[in-house]
Amino acid sequence: MKFLGFIVVCLTGTLLLYGTGEFPDWGDPDSPASIHLSNYYIEKAVEETQVPNLVTAVLADYRGFDTMFETAVVFCAGLACFLLLRDFREKKERFYRHTPTRVILHVKDSKKVLKTGKEFEHMDKDWVPSDLIIRTVCRILIPFIQIYALYVVAHGDFSPGGGFQGGVIFGSSLILLAISYDLKTLVRRIKEKVLGIYAALGVLIYVGIGAICMAMGGNFLDYSKLVPIVPGDPHHIRALGMLGVEIGVGIAVTAAMVIIYINIVSEGKHDEGL
Amino acid sequence: MHWPIDLIVLTFVIFCAIAAISVKDLLGTAILFGAYSFVMCLLWAVMGAVDVAFTEASVGAGVSTVFFVAAVFRTSRRTKD
Repeated sequence: MKFLGFIVVCLTGTLLLYGTGEFPDWGDPDSPASIHLSNYYIEKAVEETQVPNLVTAVLADYRGFDTMFETAVVFCAGLACFLLLRDFREKKERFYRHTPTRVILHVKDSKKVLKTGKEFEHMDKDWVPSDLIIRTVCRILIPFIQIYALYVVAHGDFSPGGGFQGGVIFGSSLILLAISYDLKTLVRRIKEKVLGIYAALGVLIYVGIGAICMAMGGNFLDYSKLVPIVPGDPHHIRALGMLGVEIGVGIAVTAAMVIIYINIVSEGKHDEGL
Repeated sequence: MHWPIDLIVLTFVIFCAIAAISVKDLLGTAILFGAYSFVMCLLWAVMGAVDVAFTEASVGAGVSTVFFVAAVFRTSRRTKD
């Protein structure tokens, strides 16, 4: 069976390599991709949208419809993880540490919930929370990561980056919090409902901006129609529209990443985990 | 002076890919897959696709590695085959 698989892989690989022979050269100006639309984007995008980063202009404006459904796909991924993995049954066993004596208590009855605080602290069964150095380093690092994520979202018009990347970085900063402390810390700070609402809100912001454009008499996601309701320079209206859309993407992606992580790592119990 | 960097990075990509599918330890595979994504990100950057490189670095090398590690943590660490 393994040998058969190897042959199939080799055959497919050979076919794919054979197919690449027909490709245009890298950076070939006569390739089909560069002769139709690319010229228009390169010549007109900065003038029309006032956004120096052409990639963002294409992704969030000219092909805004595409990006909207990409955001919807990320939202659906979070939703699918929630629906498949979420388990609302309470966990039976719990471990606590009595802080003054360092004695570990094993509570088998789920109804007896000890109050954690000064006297008892909660312990994970399979994941011992890490030590002081990691905690301190992560606590110092996380705000900087989050600021950088916000910068990536806000500066997406001018430099590489945008809503997706910024959202992922923001989500990973929250995941880092869960890894360096424990999952309970993250779940306590951001409630599950809030995460779900944020994921939906991000998509709603995107679709809402498109719908407002329609209500103002333009096409769906035609940001130039937003001039009467957005203060500021009318020449930059498409850049501002893109920024609004990117913020929506960022919120949706952040929430979706955290939902996926929490559901995978705690087997849907949102209780204990990596 | 671009082609040697290209070639070295490409060799490393293939090396990481083969290592990732042949290692028995799934945690090691997750880490190797992260390394693969990171080298792939370098390759995008060499080709001038900075936005794609950024996405690859944050999604491929960052979050998806964490997801793999989380999945390994909740399943088993050894492969059966």
